[in-house]
Amino acid sequence: MGMTMTQKILAAHAGLTEVKAGQLIEADLDLVLGNDITSPVAIHEMDNKMDKKTVFNKDKIALVMDHFVPNKDIKSAEHCKCVRQFATKHDITNFFDVGQMGIEHALLPEKGLVVAGDVVIGADSHTCTYGALGAFSTGVGSTDMAAGMATGKAWFKVPSAIKVVLTGKPSKWICGKDVILHLIGRIGVDGALYKSLEFTGDGVANLSMDDRFTISNMAIEAGGKNGIFPVDEKTIEYIKEHSAREFKVYEADADAEYEQEITIDLSTLKSTVAFPHLPENTRTIDEVPEIAIDQVVIGSCTNGHIEDLRTAAEILKGRKVAKNVRAIIIPATQTIYLQAIEEGLVKTFIEAGAVVSTPTCGPCLGGYMGILAEGERCVSTTNRNFVGRMGHVTSEIYLASPAVAAASAVTGRISGPEEL
Amino acid sequence: MKAHGLVFKYGDNVDTDVIIPARYLNSSDPAELATHCMEDIDKDFVKNVKKGDVIVADKNFGCGSSREHAPIAIKAAGVSCVIAETFARIFYRNAINIGLPIIECPEASKGIEAGDEVEVDFDTGIIYNLTKGTQFTGQAFPEFMQKIIAAEGLINYINNK
Repeated sequence: MGMTMTQKILAAHAGLTEVKAGQLIEADLDLVLGNDITSPVAIHEMDNKMDKKTVFNKDKIALVMDHFVPNKDIKSAEHCKCVRQFATKHDITNFFDVGQMGIEHALLPEKGLVVAGDVVIGADSHTCTYGALGAFSTGVGSTDMAAGMATGKAWFKVPSAIKVVLTGKPSKWICGKDVILHLIGRIGVDGALYKSLEFTGDGVANLSMDDRFTISNMAIEAGGKNGIFPVDEKTIEYIKEHSAREFKVYEADADAEYEQEITIDLSTLKSTVAFPHLPENTRTIDEVPEIAIDQVVIGSCTNGHIEDLRTAAEILKGRKVAKNVRAIIIPATQTIYLQAIEEGLVKTFIEAGAVVSTPTCGPCLGGYMGILAEGERCVSTTNRNFVGRMGHVTSEIYLASPAVAAASAVTGRISGPEEL
Repeated sequence: MKAHGLVFKYGDNVDTDVIIPARYLNSSDPAELATHCMEDIDKDFVKNVKKGDVIVADKNFGCGSSREHAPIAIKAAGVSCVIAETFARIFYRNAINIGLPIIECPEASKGIEAGDEVEVDFDTGIIYNLTKGTQFTGQAFPEFMQKIIAAEGLINYINNK
């Protein structure tokens, strides 16, 4: 029996010619990632409990201060200080502090730190984003991060897989967010539990890299271990533009075994919204009743890319954010921020009555920069709409694409871009 | 090794945001995290939980964020074991890595109610519902994970290697 793309990458990193679903392996890591929330716990484990106090490779660890920075309070400042001191002590090459940082999963591909064929763990659940580059990457906790930083290895249960065949070409306002919300709506928040989502089909060529990053990013919202794309010309062009590292292209065997096969015709997709309080509660925009909103967030590791901001600007250009709606727009990295300024997007946003922030995860996880009050509703391009995720336990988050979020900001209710 | 206590029962998809909301993640102190454990799903949990008590839930327990603060908060709150129909994979890994006992057992999650008194024998994987006089057998861990559990977590396991 052949192997899936994920299985081939894992086998190569475990020094094996073949692996099977369910097999426990120990794999070599190309990169270990942590942020300002998860790294302090890992550093504490390393400093206080682990016999080995040194890192396996100072160039293969990325520490990104992105969740609560610039620091929102004293405690979060102490966390960043702890990571900063660790980075200095161990001479960590890829420590990204205020000024250089961006939201980790947008930043690492941009900095060329992940390429096709890599195995990456990160103490952040959305580490699965790098599947868009043809890498195996998955979220872990702080203890796994500590062990990874010290040993350069991690244990994995080789996952089985779901094959997602994408066909056709999406229409004008449809983006990666609609694809992944549609998929999660079909299989549920545990539909891919412990499994790989392997995307394939002719439709992949019609998705930009930013679309693919968004889709892989939310594999975890279906419970997936990873969400991976085949490497094509667009991937190679992206990698060569951002990285000098050598990459390796893996392809699934023709006789690879999949537990399930799902086909999505991209040309039939409509703008999709996930209702509170689970990403699986999806409705297409034509099924959404009149729902007044208080806030819009456009940003996050899911949808803070330049294409997302261009889409939002196209809709907001010459229009105004509705009265009583707060629109918060957050470019995911400094480079994207600068690009948005140079392209005039930031001017468009500010003229429309939106605020534009320095890169941060802030509102997505209810950290700061857009907390919701009791009963308030937000249309957000982020990835989770759990109870209390963005603030008060009675507040509501509607997950959607940048196009829907921008259109909703203008109308003051959940709206598709066609309505304008 | 055994766990023994009263049950706190929850449904499907208990996510790590409700186990420990991000507004408290500016701390990584287990005792402090424990004071907010389950706050957004059960505000009385912290008030009522006693050392040894057991959480029983339906499917996909611990989904969402990878924050290890979630199993840390549960453990520090005094919970001796979490039983669920299924666990989200990162939570599953984190619980084993920090030495919080967890068991997957669909029958137990259906056959145990809030307030029931249960006993869990980790050596045999048998869960006794003392209130109802029933018993269930949880899914055994692979040998490799048993070694991590026996070492009381991944760091000790690596130290011993």
